[in-house]
Amino acid sequence: MSAVVHVVAMSDGGYVAAGWVGAVGLVGAYVLVTLRRGRRLSRRVPEGDRRWS
Amino acid sequence: MSDVSDPTETEAEAEAEVPAHTGSRATQVLGLAALAALALWVLYGLVWSPPDREMGDLVRLLYVHVPVAILFYAGAGLTTFASLMWLRRRSPGWDALAVAAAELGVVFGALTLLTGSIWGKPTWNTFWTWDARLTSTALLEVLLIGYLAVRRVDPSPSGGSTRASILGLLLFPNVIIVHFSVDWWRSLHQKATVTRLDPTIEGDMLVALMVGMAAGGLVFAWLLIHRFRVAWLEQQVERHDLDAAVAARRAEGQLSTNEPEAQPA
Repeated sequence: MSAVVHVVAMSDGGYVAAGWVGAVGLVGAYVLVTLRRGRRLSRRVPEGDRRWS
Repeated sequence: MSDVSDPTETEAEAEAEVPAHTGSRATQVLGLAALAALALWVLYGLVWSPPDREMGDLVRLLYVHVPVAILFYAGAGLTTFASLMWLRRRSPGWDALAVAAAELGVVFGALTLLTGSIWGKPTWNTFWTWDARLTSTALLEVLLIGYLAVRRVDPSPSGGSTRASILGLLLFPNVIIVHFSVDWWRSLHQKATVTRLDPTIEGDMLVALMVGMAAGGLVFAWLLIHRFRVAWLEQQVERHDLDAAVAARRAEGQLSTNEPEAQPA
């Protein structure tokens, strides 16, 4: 039983990797969603109303 | 050869001429700076900084957790400020800034809770406990989600913004409660480390944390500009749709008033 627990238990490196991958992954996904929303909406708005373009 | 141009080709050409996105030269420069800072953050956080004497390699989680927590506070504080300005000035720009900051606050709040829980498991032997800091952080996240939900409840755009702005005013006071919760109540969570005049860490570990804050700040600023522009576009689309609906209704009204006159003839 203790051997099983030892195998299943995550090492410190595993927790560190989970935290960093989770953070980068979530922010990356949000970046993609935001850029896609921007592209979709931009096509529906005349160029003059997009002050930054 | 045909004189008639392919409509799909013309559409594609038009799209190529007028890029339809929320980017600009400024965001390109900011984005590149953010990417460079992110690379430096990863190197400092995972390679160059030494393990902590007590926490070992788990300290590397704090190089993510602390910056995202500060940006979570920033998102909530900015939402309160923009909400206050919206209530005073009724300018659509402040409304767009409020919703952009609130959404970023939710994302960084989720990251704060996620990275904190992952750090808590090997350190406290639990992912979650009803500690004052953890509970007040979760409450702040719920308030931010509530802010976004209230905006959608009221069908009139300005009505939803006004109701949400009143809720938005509660966010920054909650940030203060979250920050001082470790001093006001008994807490498992450690007290302030870097937001004090004499930081309790030093050397490469302090540099890793500072690089993390700078990189996170650049990513936050880049995202905030893009999300602000998305909110601005949403307002424009709503306005155009409303104008089109009013014009259609007027045309319908004109038709119905003209119809009886046409009947006797």
